[in-house]
Amino acid sequence: MMRVTKLFTLLLILLMVCSSLLRANDETTGKNSEAPEKFNVGKLIFEHIKDGYEWHIFKVGQTHVSIQLPVLVYSTHSGFHAFMSGNFHHGEEMYDNFKIAKEGKYEGKVVEILADGSELKPWDFSITKNVTSLLLSIVFILWVFLSIAKRYSENYARAPKGIQSFIEPVILFIRDDIARPSLGAKNYERFLPFLLTIFFFIFINNLLGLVPFFPGGANLTGNISVTLVLALFTFTITTINGTSDYWMHIINAPGIPWWLKLPFPLMPIVELLGVFTKPFVLTIRLFANITAGHIVALAFYCLIFIFAEFSSVASVGVSVISVAFTIFMSILELLVAFIQAYVFTLLSAIYFSMALEKHEKHAELH
Amino acid sequence: MTTLAIILQVAANMAIAKMGAGIGAGLAAIGAGIGIGRIGGSAVEAIARQPEVSGEIRSNMIVAAALIEAVAFFAIVICFLIIFV
Repeated sequence: MMRVTKLFTLLLILLMVCSSLLRANDETTGKNSEAPEKFNVGKLIFEHIKDGYEWHIFKVGQTHVSIQLPVLVYSTHSGFHAFMSGNFHHGEEMYDNFKIAKEGKYEGKVVEILADGSELKPWDFSITKNVTSLLLSIVFILWVFLSIAKRYSENYARAPKGIQSFIEPVILFIRDDIARPSLGAKNYERFLPFLLTIFFFIFINNLLGLVPFFPGGANLTGNISVTLVLALFTFTITTINGTSDYWMHIINAPGIPWWLKLPFPLMPIVELLGVFTKPFVLTIRLFANITAGHIVALAFYCLIFIFAEFSSVASVGVSVISVAFTIFMSILELLVAFIQAYVFTLLSAIYFSMALEKHEKHAELH
Repeated sequence: MTTLAIILQVAANMAIAKMGAGIGAGLAAIGAGIGIGRIGGSAVEAIARQPEVSGEIRSNMIVAAALIEAVAFFAIVICFLIIFV
């Protein structure tokens, strides 16, 4: 009963926030009112992949319906500004000396136009589409896992029920197939919260990115900043927990001929580069997999509209194939969502175990 | 005559860069295809030899495939940077 009330209040708050932010904007008059714009595949795909200052929900005829998000910028020139991104009118107009740059180095971002016409990029703390999606997914994850934890604390050692029976096998899978084999029975409990968090965060955000309507559809794990931060978490934990044996193996790896270490420390440099390439590879793997999957799925979907340029009959014919391919790509993307979360967690566990390694006997090596 | 040659070279630079990106992406796809194909082949062969460990072999195969795909994606990201940045 408590859970239903919480869900209801959450939905109510969401509805109130949305209805205050939701605004139907007419297409800007004047520029494109005569001829419909030619369909631009690249523009549509990149709009769905990239971050933005508003969340586009759908378009009815000529009116866009989108959620306006707050723009919070701090300019070194004119101080702190906070306003809703609806003031930009989809990037067409300027507001208070700020506008979304159309081209140049800061394309797509909020810049300030100074008195002499030059652009100055302010410190941008806006709640963009990705930040909103992050907050929504955090609320969702917290709701799911706090209710599971509450059930454990209330009804310990009872048969699982409801969402607990759905999530518990996955948690046990991570504990028994990722954490315990990699880290050993002694150490795995220390790192299990982080591994669980990172697995479910990546998995749920990947899945939310595949949902085409609100609150999904924001390409959060395809944002390289987000994946970079996740990889930096792994890197920090690895570095903090590195034993002296771990660092000795980097600086002075055993079993390697001496002339690779002196006079020019070739092997230590290679090993040190290896320390930094590991989080970099984690970043690129997750970002590229998710973004490439979205691009391919969107490209298949856009085939319909490309053929519509030629004739409407061709587009109807293509739509059968295109929908079939899009469904196939989406199923593949479901698999990729799980695999990428699994690989990220597995590699984090392996890096932790490498950092914790201790050699009992050195006699045979030295 | 030389100005024409210079202008043609500048015009060709952008096109050659994009062609280079296309060829790079194709080579990345070939590399990923060969690597993952070999993994798949050995995995299936191992399952044929010992069907009772097919679950473990499948997990290892998927992990190795994900690692190889990461390398292929490096090349794709570089090609994207060539075209769009």
